[in-house]
Amino acid sequence: MPMNGIHDMGGMHGFGKVHVEPNEPVFHERWEARVFGMVQSLRGNIDAGRHAIERLDPVAYLQNGYYGRWLAAFERSLIGLGVLRPIELEERMREAPHVAPQSEARKTSSWRPASRSHVRKVDSRPAFSCGQMVVTRNHQPAGHTRLPAYARCRRGTIQRVHPAMVFPDDHAHDRGENPQHLYTVKFSGEELWGDAAEPGTFVHLDLFESYLNSANGEGS
Amino acid sequence: MSVDDHQHPKADVALRVDALESLLTEKGLIDPATVDEIVRYYEHDVGPLNGAKVVARAWVDPQYKARLLQDATAAIGELGFAGPQGEHMVVVENTAAVHNVVVCTLCSCYPWPVLGLPPSWYKTPAYRSRVVREPRAVLMEMGLDLPPSVEIRVWDSSAEVRYLVLPERPAGTESLTEEQLAGLVTRDAMIGTAKAQTSAGNRDG
Repeated sequence: MPMNGIHDMGGMHGFGKVHVEPNEPVFHERWEARVFGMVQSLRGNIDAGRHAIERLDPVAYLQNGYYGRWLAAFERSLIGLGVLRPIELEERMREAPHVAPQSEARKTSSWRPASRSHVRKVDSRPAFSCGQMVVTRNHQPAGHTRLPAYARCRRGTIQRVHPAMVFPDDHAHDRGENPQHLYTVKFSGEELWGDAAEPGTFVHLDLFESYLNSANGEGS
Repeated sequence: MSVDDHQHPKADVALRVDALESLLTEKGLIDPATVDEIVRYYEHDVGPLNGAKVVARAWVDPQYKARLLQDATAAIGELGFAGPQGEHMVVVENTAAVHNVVVCTLCSCYPWPVLGLPPSWYKTPAYRSRVVREPRAVLMEMGLDLPPSVEIRVWDSSAEVRYLVLPERPAGTESLTEEQLAGLVTRDAMIGTAKAQTSAGNRDG
C-alpha cells in the first residue's frame, strides 16, 4: 500500500488552530487506558505497529482519534498474526463481556517500564560527518518509511551522527532489523517551504543513511 | 470496508475494548493485572514532574547540565528516569537567541519517561501539520510571542531519538531552591510551546 498517507502531515494546510485543553487527564475514557495498557503489555514490533496505523482508512485515521487509531491498528495486527478472528470480537461484543473493574482485588503485576534500545552494531563507518551538506532522496516506498514527504529532495546539513539503529522501513515489514547509521539533519525553513517560510526557522529530522545522498557544492 | 476501518460509535467502543480484553485474557496473551499496572504507572508515576526535576538540576548544577547536553539518556538516568520512549534522549537548550520546539509529524513520538504521555493537542493534525511550517505563528497562537531575531529550531522526532527542551532559567530566581525551581518548569516549557514560569502556580499539567 503506497505510503503517501494521511499520517504524513508535516506542512499540510486546513487543520485549523491548535486547541489546548487545560488540565486534561492522562486518559479521557477508561477504554483508552485499557487499549494503551494492552498494547504496552504485548509491546510487539513498534515499526509494524506504526505501519498498521498508517494503513488505516484515511477518514477513520482522522475521525478515530489517537487511541481509536491504536485500537484499530491493534485489532488489525492481532488478526494479521492469526491470534484473533474478526467474528470472535463481534460475537464477544454481543455477549456483553464481563471485565473485572480495576477496583476488584487482583493479583499484582511485576510489570516494569523496560527500556528497549534500538542501537545496533554495524560494520560500516558512517558515510557522512557533521557539517556535511546532504540531499534527501526522492524516497517513495510502497510501505513504511520515516522520511516525511515534506523533506524529500531537500538539502540539509548533518548536525549529529547517532549510533546505528534498527531501520524501520525494513523492520516494519518483518524484513529484519538491517540497522543503518542515523543522522540529525538540519533544514532551513526556506529550503522546505520556499516563499511561505517564516524567516529564521529551521527543522531538524533524524534520517537514516539510505534516505540521504551527498550534496556537492554550495548548499542553499 | 474491512473490520479495522470501522468507525466505532462512541457507545460501542468501550464494549469493543472490553470484548477485546476478555478475549485476549482468555487466550493468555494479556494479564489484566499487568494492564492495570501499566495504566496506573502512566497515570500516577510518570509525568512532567520528572522532566522538571531534570531541568531544575541542570539550572543549579553546571556539571550536570554539561552531561545532560552531552549524553541526555545517561544524565536523565542519573535521576532514575528511563523506560519506553526514552531510550535515546537528546536535550536541546533554549537561549536568548535560540528557541527549540518538539513535534512528531508522522505519529506522536514523545519522551514518556520525562514527560509522561503526550497531551491531546500534541497529537492533533493541527499541531503536527503546522509547527514545522509556521512555528512562529503556532507558538504565537499558543501564547508565546518570540522576537523575529530569535532563531526557531523545530525538532521533528522522525526516528527513535526523543527530544526534551531545556528552557531558560527565569530571571530573578537566584534565591530559589532546586525543588522550587522545578515548580516553575511546565510540560509545555519542555516541549517548547511555552517558557518556564516566573512564579509557581497555574501549571499546564
